[in-house]
Amino acid sequence: MIPAIMFYVFAALAVAGGVMVISARNPVHSVLFLIMVFFNAAGLFLLLGAEFLAMVLVIVYVGAVAVLFLFVVMMLDINFLKFREGFLQYLPIGALVGLVLLVELVMVFGSWAFAPEIAAGLAAPTPDAQTMNNTEALGRVLYTQYLYLFQAAGVILLVAMIGTILLTLRQRPGVRKQVVADQLARSAKDTLEVRKIPSGGGI
Amino acid sequence: MEMPNLSLALPELLLVLGAMALLMLGAFRKDDATRTVSLLSVALLGFVALMVWGLGGERATTFGGMFVIDGFARFAKVLILAASALAITMSVGWLEREKLSRFEYPLLMLFATLGMMMMVSANDFIALYVGLELQSLSLYVLAAYQRDSVKATEAGLKYFVLGALASGMLLYGASLIYGFAGTTGFTQLSQVFHAAHGQPHAGVIIGVVFVLAGLAFKVGAVPFHMWTPDVYEGSPTPVTAFFSAAPKIAALALLTRVMLGPFGELFAQWQQIVILISIASMVLGAFAAINQTNIKRLMAYSSIGNVGYALIGVAAGSEEGVRGLLIYLAIYLFMTVGTFAVILSMRQKGRLLEGIDDLAGLSRSQPMMALALAIFMFSLAGIPPLAGFFGKFYIFLAAVNGGLFTLAVLGVLTSVVSAYYYLRIVKVMYFDDPVESFDRPVSRALGLIMAGSAAVVVLLTIVPAPLVAGAQEAAKSLFPTG
Repeated sequence: MIPAIMFYVFAALAVAGGVMVISARNPVHSVLFLIMVFFNAAGLFLLLGAEFLAMVLVIVYVGAVAVLFLFVVMMLDINFLKFREGFLQYLPIGALVGLVLLVELVMVFGSWAFAPEIAAGLAAPTPDAQTMNNTEALGRVLYTQYLYLFQAAGVILLVAMIGTILLTLRQRPGVRKQVVADQLARSAKDTLEVRKIPSGGGI
Repeated sequence: MEMPNLSLALPELLLVLGAMALLMLGAFRKDDATRTVSLLSVALLGFVALMVWGLGGERATTFGGMFVIDGFARFAKVLILAASALAITMSVGWLEREKLSRFEYPLLMLFATLGMMMMVSANDFIALYVGLELQSLSLYVLAAYQRDSVKATEAGLKYFVLGALASGMLLYGASLIYGFAGTTGFTQLSQVFHAAHGQPHAGVIIGVVFVLAGLAFKVGAVPFHMWTPDVYEGSPTPVTAFFSAAPKIAALALLTRVMLGPFGELFAQWQQIVILISIASMVLGAFAAINQTNIKRLMAYSSIGNVGYALIGVAAGSEEGVRGLLIYLAIYLFMTVGTFAVILSMRQKGRLLEGIDDLAGLSRSQPMMALALAIFMFSLAGIPPLAGFFGKFYIFLAAVNGGLFTLAVLGVLTSVVSAYYYLRIVKVMYFDDPVESFDRPVSRALGLIMAGSAAVVVLLTIVPAPLVAGAQEAAKSLFPTG
């Protein structure tokens, strides 16, 4: 009973958030609604017993991707209202495409069946949820069976980092930088001088 | 789950650890470390090549069957490592002259090389993809290395966007194959298709076509070649030299392994696609290059044509075909590296030239350089008795023995057409009136590479037997039963 209620709450909020993402006038609000969608999707994952995916969704999508979106929205000078011109004009055809996709999805899921021989050939079958939670199960295959791919993906990320730095980092002359060590090394003695001023005499 | 056998991947492990150590060295050195890092990178590549050779050619897998070493991988890896080492050596002088010295440059080449080795040793679609992306990502950055040049940035961006598209196609194909065959491992796939008696589900065929399209993009074969001329022209010349050798060898080796390994049972299904790609590449490579005035663009079209010839070896689908392909790649490596060493020496008053006309009268101002370039051009044109002729000879032999007469005849005809533009360069050097001569002296590294490559091409002409025997042994490992 309670899971069912939770499901409808999460699902309704996620859909409502999704609608708000595309209809909000202010792009910053759109990103904030997107964050709401992410949180509700994470809730749905939790209900499915996929707690690892739920946490990753919050950490990666809310923590990194949404923040990146906010940066882009705020730093790039794009007239987002211009994108929305002709929204009503394209609405009917967009709705039609959406409807077709929906019908196709229903048809696909309606006739969904696993081939019987697939179960034997699964590379990493899901262990029984009673004996092992899925974070542990993922960790077991990630660091054993897929160790090679995991490490190789790490090297790819390293290359991405080197590449970004190489292509964007510039040494600009004449930029005044903050040197924390210098700031900390200063003491009151270097900058403050206490003088006795005779009253009425001036400096 | 037992511990994976790391000793089989020792060369790759050493390369990645070495690259990280060099990264630290470059990052913490106060002065410019490019030269030191480059020299150490070349030494590292040489050491890794020795190690690859020392591991032997016995087939063995590790990491749960995702990583394979065999004679084929060994042969391809040694070629790749040699090509990368030569490319780094050629780059050092250029980096210093153009005042673009950054120690990340050789490092990115090292990481790209690592990706190529992983591609060649991939025995699983996920491993294939990870290796391919590691290679591609490094190459995208290298293409845009000269970031203040509009052309280089354009080349990098174009390569990135089209490369991402190709990766998407490859992934889509791989996911279809996984969906219909139930596994991504090459060994298991070949068992599944064997059980299906070469008549798999239609979904698998569509998947194979997508995978083939993605790989054809990576080797730069027609109709997925459109990025090649622009990227070759726009990228900095030493990077183009790198592009034209090592990644081509890696991608062709990967394509061969994928097509003849897991999809070997489906030979009848994909053979005509490879034949078509091969013919289109040879024809376009021959005709589109005729009007080029920029030598880098010319080399781009030449590489497209050469990929077409190499693919004949895959289309033959036999041990002989793979042998021809490996011989061809080995000879192509030295011809193209030598040619780029000459292109990198085309400097006037410190400025790098790229026009074919700038070579006019080279035979009088720099006879040795002209002689070297003439050897490479004659060899690329496939004129006997030079090594390039033997490369084509073994390929065509495999085609004829495989009954692919059309392919062999078209191959010979297009190589006659392409001889026109190769020989035009020789004509410009020897018979045109000299214009301003190039800066002298040619840097020692470039001179050595030029002379060394020419010597190898001539040596392979005189004694091709060791190469042929090596390629034979390597090709045998792809056909365990035959």
